[in-house]
Amino acid sequence: MTSLPSLPTPKKLGLVIDLDVCVGCHACVISCKEWNTGGYGAALSDQDPYGADVSGTFLNRIHSFEVLPEGAEKIGETGDARIVHFPKSCLHCEDAPCVTVCPTGASYKRSDDGIVLVDEDMCIGCGLCAWACPYGAREMDLAAGVMKKCTLCVDRIYNETIAEIDRVPSCVRTCPANARHYGDLADPQSHVSKMVAARDGFDLMPEQGTKPVNKYLPPRARTALAESAIPLAENSAGASGFFAWLDGMLERI
Amino acid sequence: MHPALSIIVFTTLSGMGYGLAALLGLGLFDPAALATKIGYVLALALIAGGLVSSTLHLGNPQRAWRALSQWRTSWLSREGVLAILAFIPLTICAYAAIFHDRHLILPGLAAAGLGLVTVYCTAMIYGSLKTVQLWSQRLTPVTYLLFALASGATLGTLLAVSGAAQPWLIAFLAVSFTVAAWLAKRRWRNDGKALAPLSTPETATGLGSIGRVRLFERPHINDNYLTREMGFQVARKHADKLFGIAILLGGLIPAALVVVAALAAGAMGPGLTAFLAAFLAVLSHYAGVFVERWLFFAEARHAVMNYYGR
Repeated sequence: MTSLPSLPTPKKLGLVIDLDVCVGCHACVISCKEWNTGGYGAALSDQDPYGADVSGTFLNRIHSFEVLPEGAEKIGETGDARIVHFPKSCLHCEDAPCVTVCPTGASYKRSDDGIVLVDEDMCIGCGLCAWACPYGAREMDLAAGVMKKCTLCVDRIYNETIAEIDRVPSCVRTCPANARHYGDLADPQSHVSKMVAARDGFDLMPEQGTKPVNKYLPPRARTALAESAIPLAENSAGASGFFAWLDGMLERI
Repeated sequence: MHPALSIIVFTTLSGMGYGLAALLGLGLFDPAALATKIGYVLALALIAGGLVSSTLHLGNPQRAWRALSQWRTSWLSREGVLAILAFIPLTICAYAAIFHDRHLILPGLAAAGLGLVTVYCTAMIYGSLKTVQLWSQRLTPVTYLLFALASGATLGTLLAVSGAAQPWLIAFLAVSFTVAAWLAKRRWRNDGKALAPLSTPETATGLGSIGRVRLFERPHINDNYLTREMGFQVARKHADKLFGIAILLGGLIPAALVVVAALAAGAMGPGLTAFLAAFLAVLSHYAGVFVERWLFFAEARHAVMNYYGR
């Protein structure tokens, strides 16, 4: 049913992504594709996989952005530019526009934990949900003709046949830098909610009115490289002992 | 947005069909005339052809019937339901006209009303998308309705000069709807271009507090589904030229030809000159609306492109 749950879901399972920590290694992209191509629903196909024009279905993609300080037209003009690696997958929005536009009822938001899923047996592959999503979280699988999206690894997080440590989304389990965190964002005491509160976690495109569950943590303020650099061999005031004696002797020559 | 041929053909053909159905349903044509009977067949064929075309872009068209279930929230579903509902009174009217030379008032009004509501639903599929700012303007459904009526009335003029109705009345409607459609469209395009972007790379990444955000590296080297579907770009200078061509083909030329056809029919009665002028008006009008609809998609920018630097 493509009506959204009438009440706020008791749990809001989602991700918190730390933009200060992500190194842009794309390990989560590969791990996501690996798990989900053999997991929930149709495989994530590739087109022309060994050719020049390779493309394929991914549920998680990493963009890298360059952020120039305000007023700068080119790098280095007013302070340092920063590179921010930016992982992006479905945000499991509370007010998910992709769900309500679905004509068949294939797209739905679970009323217990808030995960947004596609019932692939009902999907006609019209693509309207991908148009409705401002985040590009949905991609049509060209081989299966159905819409694919992040399932928050629904087949891992409740899976009692795997070790408890693995019952988190594949991307979270894989991230070597610990930039991705999974938990219940409806519970203010959960580690993810505390992290969001402590670091001023934010929503992507709040103006679109989607109320995303996933939050992003901003990059921390950074000391400019020029300020922390020590000018080398400019003076020898700190020298002591043998080096002070050597310094004095060399001065005299 | 990618201008998919199947969707352009669907919205333009079914729009023409529903526009003609509205005029037929209002009883503006003589049900005893052969041209009116052909008109009913044409309207049904255009609508059905458009609907079939619309299923061509589906990944799994065999499940298309499922799209009738979610009318409570989805404009696409509403469109499907209403398209089928509109068929019923229109088919009844067609039957009465073709086999009994009669116009049925109530089914006729129902066919006209349901057809136009279907066009409204089609427009709202686009009009309800907040992600595409150009489309989410209030004038979007107005332009769709006016273009449907303008194409329908232009096609109706062809029937009228073939003896189905008073040519002047239908020609007057065709010119009025065509002028209104292009005025609304021009306003829609100018307003849409003047809108400040709702979402920017800064809001999309949340990094606006640090500075100006620019894409440094895409997720993958090649295009993906998102960039192919939503990253279509058309050069502004070409878009402006194409818009001019669309006004010429879909507005000025057919309006002039419709007047010529009505004049010729008035002076000489139904004849080859009037028929040819009206026929060319229909072809030109369709070509113009086709270009207009291509631009409707090609010029629209989707919010997700803030992540792709387009």
